[in-house]
Formats: sequence, structure tokens, C-alpha cells
Amino acid sequence: MSDNRDKEQGLGNESSAGAGGGAGAGLGVGTGTVASTHQRRTPAPPAGRLIDSPPFPAAAARLIGNQTLRANMRHATHTIRAKRAKVAAELPNWEQLRQAGAQIKDRLGRHLDYYLEQLEANLIANGAQVHWAADADEANRIIIELVKAQDVDEVVKIKSMVTQEIEMNEALEAAGIAAWETDLAELIVQLGHDRPSNILVPAIHRNRDEVREIFLREMKLYGKPAPEDLDNEPAHLAAAARAHLREKFLRAKVAISGANFCVADTGTLVIVESEGNGRMCLTLPDVLISVTGIEKLVPTVEDLEVMLQLLPRSSTGERMNPYTSMWTGVTPGDGPQEVHVVLLDNGRSRVLADPEGRAALRCIRCAACMHSCPVYERVGGHAYGSVYPGPIGAILSPQLRGINDAVDKSLPFASTLCGACAEVCPVKIPIPDILVHLRHRIVEEVKRKHLGLERFLMGVAGWAMARGRRFGRLGKLAGVARRLTGREYLRRLPGPAHNWTRARDLRMPPKQSFRSWWKKEHG
Amino acid sequence: MAETTGKERILAAVRAALSDVTVDDPVLDSPIDWQYGQATAVEQVLALFIERVEDYKAVVLSAATAAEIPQLIADCLQQAQATTVVVPPGLEPAWTTTAELDGLRILRDDPPLDKLELDGVSAVITAAAVGMAETGTIALDHRADQGRRIISLLPDTHICIIRRDQICTDVPQATARLAAAIRDKQPITWISGPSATSDIELSRVEGVHGPRNLYVLIAP
Repeated sequence: MSDNRDKEQGLGNESSAGAGGGAGAGLGVGTGTVASTHQRRTPAPPAGRLIDSPPFPAAAARLIGNQTLRANMRHATHTIRAKRAKVAAELPNWEQLRQAGAQIKDRLGRHLDYYLEQLEANLIANGAQVHWAADADEANRIIIELVKAQDVDEVVKIKSMVTQEIEMNEALEAAGIAAWETDLAELIVQLGHDRPSNILVPAIHRNRDEVREIFLREMKLYGKPAPEDLDNEPAHLAAAARAHLREKFLRAKVAISGANFCVADTGTLVIVESEGNGRMCLTLPDVLISVTGIEKLVPTVEDLEVMLQLLPRSSTGERMNPYTSMWTGVTPGDGPQEVHVVLLDNGRSRVLADPEGRAALRCIRCAACMHSCPVYERVGGHAYGSVYPGPIGAILSPQLRGINDAVDKSLPFASTLCGACAEVCPVKIPIPDILVHLRHRIVEEVKRKHLGLERFLMGVAGWAMARGRRFGRLGKLAGVARRLTGREYLRRLPGPAHNWTRARDLRMPPKQSFRSWWKKEHG
Repeated sequence: MAETTGKERILAAVRAALSDVTVDDPVLDSPIDWQYGQATAVEQVLALFIERVEDYKAVVLSAATAAEIPQLIADCLQQAQATTVVVPPGLEPAWTTTAELDGLRILRDDPPLDKLELDGVSAVITAAAVGMAETGTIALDHRADQGRRIISLLPDTHICIIRRDQICTDVPQATARLAAAIRDKQPITWISGPSATSDIELSRVEGVHGPRNLYVLIAP
């Protein structure tokens, strides 16, 4: 049994060990005015909002000390990295595929208005109803209205990044509607009163012992209990989830999904998955509501041949994921007879407006960048304080949310710029370039607002370096400082400069400068 | 709330963001260097298909003649310990004759069966639309010989019969073959092995919600 279970996972939010009622006190979600006096229907997530997370360095410093988390993350990222490399290398035209993937998404992005109108027209022609949501609140309002119109108080869900982005589950909860996660990892996260730490394997930070403990403790509170003799074998844990969720699938009248791809020229939506929970949600209920970011389109059906090769190999490292579902509006007599699509902007048009940053919208949410990232591997997804963690999160979240909060200002710096992410990205997003571009934007903003110590110091350095004699004298002076303190490293700079030494030790200047040495030896 | 305003606002924001794009035709503005619909260089298509499907822990059987199919289906059903079987309305009736003789209950999904009824059915037999060798994938386009999506989902065993000429090299060729069905508004399901998850410590577990046993029967 892991001793660290509740310590660090939730970024300072104690995971509420007891589930059920009352755990939601203090949750401000969606509109930020949710009173949580009612009995909760679903397990409460950690309190607080992601946007209020501490800046990356503070969160990372805490999480890096969690040994369980680091061991889990190291195992997971290394395993999946190796699988991806193997199946990507199998295809001789992998680089051409990546190029095509990037070009397809660029064509889409550069003519997004055209393709959105085409998609809408085709969806309507095929019997689907289309809704447009400018932001999270608007999307949640539309979804809640649609669910309430069915006179139900629960929905089943396919794992979807965009519903996390708009914090839909908590908005539904506040409206008295229970949203049940049906992906195994999302179920672990939901029952664990936790937040996802990876977009592909949301419970990547949990090991099998922790999962067993969560299932035994929580399943019985929300439906079919886990078998009492449940052990930590992944196959048995998956079987417990199958039994727990089958009941919910058969009962559900409404399902909510995202979409991996929306084909503009036919009005077809595509969901890529592994477990079959997606097929259950897309097939059994009477009503299907799919929420999708406006960047998730592809122009034509034929473009799927590129995307459906790139995505599974880049994400789970398989030649193909077990199940891919495509549906084109309503199919009479087969599946949901009422189909809705909610097209969500929520900052995407803002990302599109920056020609140097817009390539982030090519992202197909495969998570290859995370799995290749040495920083993500060590701190895990929770450190990023954003639904999209890792390298893509560091460029996408600040752009989507608008670089106003402390966490978003810190994210573009949460990278060593090593470039591993750009090497693996299936749609060739130049992540390091965009990181540097965003850093520049943030620094320019700071410079505009504050005169600043940095600017002063740079001025001094410029003055000193402009003349050889000045520089030589300064070198000598520095040597004196070393001899006086007798220390090899300076661990803390004084005043505001201590920010620089917070994360590094500064080597003291040498006892004699190069100039003095040269003079002595050759002079 | 007038929904048109939401649409207009979003489209206006998108258009404003794209003021640097001056060529209106997407194809002229953004070329894509890709030859669509090409067969990939695969030497032994059938052998590769079998190898890749088996790689997902599915069982693959081959019928030398059409006459062998009913017996092979009955063998699969017996191995899976199936007692009830659902078949789509358009499935070849001869295929289930041996299973019927074995005393299995065969339910035709016509009129459509209720979901609770289907939840208690142990197996399903369907035809297929397209096979992909490189990825070991079967695609259903849910026409009459494959039936509604729900029937190939709830039973724990899926027996899928695919003809040799339906098996192509890879995803591009398959997408080209399926495009007509998609444009006909048919739902499409791609199946690559049995239901699986790697959500716990990334160790692969076959069988979560979809059928836990997949038999692929290759017909002449």
C-alpha cells in the first residue's frame, strides 16, 4: 500500500478521503458562484480552480519530492516513449505523414471560417443540431439545457479534454446532474477525488495499489460495489470497472462526448478509443451531445487516412487503437436519434490571431510531447496547473487563457527547450519556437510595466563591457570578493536578485581573472 | 438566447484573426504534399493481416471454401461457450446452420432487439466491410450483413467474417474504400483486436467494455 496516497497529488488540496455529501464545500466552478449546500451526486474533485494554481516552479518544487509519483511517472513515460518510437519507425513514410498532418491542420486553420460553415451545413443536413459557444459558460449553459430537456439527472461521458477545459462536470453537478466518467483512467481520477495528470492516461500518476484502494473505498458509494476480494491485478481492476459501469451504460438516456476529428465535407464526427466505453456512449443512449473545439476539424474524409495513422502510433504507441467510431448525424434506427454538436471557441480564435503561436492549434491531443519531455517526466502533469500539461500545455494553455494569471505567465518557462517534443509531434508543432515566442511576449509585457532591476543590471554590464579596462578592473574586484568570502558557490543573491539563485547555485568568480593570469604567464 | 449571435461572434473573431490570410481558396493557399488513397508496399497482404490481427490477441481462422464457414463459426461459438447468438438481418442464413444444429439460440435483430435483451446475449456474428493488413484492423460500415452498432458491442464474443478481397494494404486504401459509405451517412466502426486498456501502469488488459473475445474468420 502506498503511504503517499493523499499527500501530493492534488496540489495542496487534501484529497477528501470520505466521499459523498459535503465534500464539495468551497468549490467555485464555472460561474464561480456555486453554492454547494446540496448533496453531491458525484465524487468531489480537489477544491479550487486550476487557473488559481501556483506558478510552475512552486508546484514543481513540491511534486518533485514525491517519490511514488516520480517512480510511476518514470515507468509510464519510458514505457510509452519506447512503444511510440517502435511503431513510428515501422512506417517508411512517417516523416511524409507528419508533414501531411501539419499541412492538413494548417489548411484547416487558415480557412477555419469556411470549414466551420461547411461542417455546420452538413451536420444540419444529416439531422444533427448545431450550437455555437463562445466560452466555457456558454457551452455549459447549452449542455445543461439540453440535458434538462430530457428530464434526466445523469449522463455518461466519454473521456474528453474539452469538457475538462470548460469544467463541465462541475457545472453539471451544480445543476443537479451527475456526469459519470466511463474511461477507466478517468473513472480512477473521478473516484479518487483527483485531477487528471496526463491527457492520454489521466491516472498515469497512480499505481495499481492505489487504484485498488480507490475502487474498494468509492465504487460502493456511487453504484455497483467493487468485489470485496479485489486484488491489485490490472485485469481484475478492469473487470470491476466493467461491472460498475455496465449498469450506468444501460440506464443512461444522454451521453456526452468530445470529438477527435470533425470532417467538414461530410459532417462526420470521429472518436478514437480503446476500451469500448466510447462505443457504449455513442450507441446506447437516446441523445448524444458532442462538444468540440473549433480547431478539431479536418477538411475532408480523405484527410482521415493521415490522421488515423498519426494519432494511434503517436499516442498509445499502437499500430491502431482498438476502436474508432464515425457517425454522420442521425442514423435512423441505429444509435442516438437526437444528436447535438456544440462548437466551442473559448480562446481558440485568440490563439489563431497570433501567426507565430497559432501552430499550437494543430494539436491532435496525442500526448507524445509529454511522454518525451524530461521536465514532465520528473514533475508530472499536476505541476502545470492546466488541463493540458507538458510541452503542449505550456504553449496552449497560456494562449487559450490569455496570459493573465501567475500560472500562465510561468508555463512558457517550464521547459529546458531541449526540443524532444518537436521531434515527436505528429503534426510538427514547433513547440520550442512557440515557447520562446511566448517568453518574449511575457518579458516584453514585464518590461513595459516595470523599469526593473534586470534592466538596470544589464545597463551596468553594458557600460563595463564597452571598455576593456573597465572590464579588467571589475574582474579583479570580483576576485577580491571570492578571497574575502572564501566560498566557492554563492547560494543566495541579496535583494530581488535572489529569484535567480532560488533554483541554482551561482559559482563565485575565480580568485584571479583570465586577464591577470595571462599577464602573469605571458606578460 | 439567440444562437445565431454565438455563431456570428465566433466567425467574426475567426475572420479577424485570419487577416493575414489573403488567398481565399484553401487548396491554392495551403498545399498538402500527400498522395491520397495509395496502396502501401505490402508483399503478403493476407499473411500480414493475419499476423497483425493475431498480434492483438484476436483469433484468426481461414475457410478454404464457403462450405466450411458454418462449421468454423460453430467451433468458435463452442470455444467461447456461447449459448445465445445475435445476427444482423442481412447475414448469410447458411452461416448459422451448424450452430443451430448444435442447439444454440439464434436471434435475428429484426425487429430490433431491446438493449437489455442484447446485454444477455453471449455472441454476435457479423460480416465486415474492409480489412487493413498493416494495422490488423477490420472496418464495419453497418450495412444489412453487419447490422446496428449495438449488436456488435454488447455481446462478449464477436465473430467477424471477412472476405479475402475485402482485405487491403493499409489505412489509406481502406479510407478510400470506405469514403462512399461515409458519404452515404453510414456509421463506421474500426475494430483492432478485442477491447483493451492500458490505463493501469500501462499494462495492457484485453477486455473492458466491448467484446472481450474477437474471432476473425477469413472467407474465400
